[in-house]
Amino acid sequence: MAAKSIISRPVYGTLSPQPGKHHLFVTDAEGALAITDLAAKAPYGFFADAHIIFIPGQDGRHVAALEALKPAQFYQGPSFASALPRLKQTLANAHMGLRLYLAGTEGLIGQAMQAALEAGIDHTAIQTEHRGSLARRIQCVHCKGITENVTTQPATCSHCGLLLLVRDHYSRRLAAFQGVCINAEDRSEIPPTEEIFR
Amino acid sequence: MGITFRKETFRDDFTFKNSPEHIRRFPFPFHEDSYMYAVNIEPHVLGPKGSVLENLIDVDEHYVAEMQDRALVLAEDPLRCQSLPHMTLAGWDLLELLMEQQALGYPEHFSLTRDGDRWRWINRPLGIDDSFTFGDVSTLPYGPMEYITRQSQGDFCILDQRDGNLWMDAGMVTTQADWSLDFDIGMNFFEWHAPVPLAHEKGIFVRALKFLTNIQQGKPARRLNWTMTINPRLDTSPENYHKWGPDRTTVTPENVGDKVHLRVELQSFWRLPRSNGIVFPIRCYLIKMDELVTQPKWARRLHRVIRDLPEELANYKGLTRYRATLVEWLSKLDDGSPTSPGFGPD
Repeated sequence: MAAKSIISRPVYGTLSPQPGKHHLFVTDAEGALAITDLAAKAPYGFFADAHIIFIPGQDGRHVAALEALKPAQFYQGPSFASALPRLKQTLANAHMGLRLYLAGTEGLIGQAMQAALEAGIDHTAIQTEHRGSLARRIQCVHCKGITENVTTQPATCSHCGLLLLVRDHYSRRLAAFQGVCINAEDRSEIPPTEEIFR
Repeated sequence: MGITFRKETFRDDFTFKNSPEHIRRFPFPFHEDSYMYAVNIEPHVLGPKGSVLENLIDVDEHYVAEMQDRALVLAEDPLRCQSLPHMTLAGWDLLELLMEQQALGYPEHFSLTRDGDRWRWINRPLGIDDSFTFGDVSTLPYGPMEYITRQSQGDFCILDQRDGNLWMDAGMVTTQADWSLDFDIGMNFFEWHAPVPLAHEKGIFVRALKFLTNIQQGKPARRLNWTMTINPRLDTSPENYHKWGPDRTTVTPENVGDKVHLRVELQSFWRLPRSNGIVFPIRCYLIKMDELVTQPKWARRLHRVIRDLPEELANYKGLTRYRATLVEWLSKLDDGSPTSPGFGPD
């Protein structure tokens, strides 16, 4: 996990079963293990009212483990973008008593939370747990383009090509960290690139 | 009488400068020979005639040129002005406040007449004469916040107050010292200040928030903040950092006096009556070193402040590249004699 950081940087917890009528899980890759860990602590019948949206990623692991929880609804999708229309509809139709649990990469948690905020759910009411990659989603402050899965510092904006310092400053509204040109004052200064968000 | 508005630019050929009267009224931000963060908030009450506090919303000789510069920034990047959907009422509150204050302070330039909800606003320097219905967005060419802040100097943030916190939910931000409204909109007080070094550990923001959430209607407060800018550029946004950043490499011992500017923000905080929000105008004043050092006390004091500034603050304020050149230049104007207490020139 990240060392000492700044206040806008999200802080994640550990999923735990919440009282509620319906339970919506959004998760990717190793985030599935946060759900199976929660299941070990959950009361009997907890998943009978659960909906799991899972993006397993390339290796396709953990599908069977989640299906074994016998949720009322289980969806497996190839990417967050493909899962988003379903997630938005579920949030739009949600009634009081829905509990939301997000687990997995920061990009997944951030984007699912963004959809939940737009649906009027307060961010403090959402359970989150970080598992897996530390890759970041960044917004280039200059061209406003979003670059996904950034693992290096600095990183190149995939839209305008500027070399960006990846900051810890984070916007829930954009579901992104901020990227600011690292050599804006003198473009000939090229700092070494390190892979630090794996 | 009235103000003689200067024709000048804040970009390209940078013809901005201050008249001798405006140099003397510059809000110099250091009351002693050193600087560290403090919760330096005080009641925003009227000050001496001829100072920037002669009126609570100050209009000066740069008004027309600043409004032209704002229009250029917005044409290039409309995201500098944003308002979340629940903030329209607060926008009307702000429109009322700025129209009232500008008409009160400068009746020769602005006038507001009201007949119930039917309002007429005349802005003579910008050639505007609009009649509209207060509260009816369809009767103005922009939303209420954008309409009035295209006619008011300084940046404006409107903060929504809820859950014991303040939320940056609307703003017009075109003259900022390197922060992005587009990125920070929707954040709470601690989140949007997250990148500021040292101050969190000192408990500055906890105390400041407590003060701000208790601000009462009709009792505004203020504080000064400062940084430095190369060339009299209003738009030092992070959005355009890759365009203005190279200016910082151009400072030489020969051009310090002309290029290096002290940038002072007069920030004020006002409770809004209908929305219960807070508006936070950030009014920017620029002065080049050649103008500032015409006041010997300011020259001596600024030398000592910049020389002794903690490294972390100097980095945060972006002074690192030219600090040594500036301190060397200012040192020649500092004979070591004491400075008198207080902000003003001798």
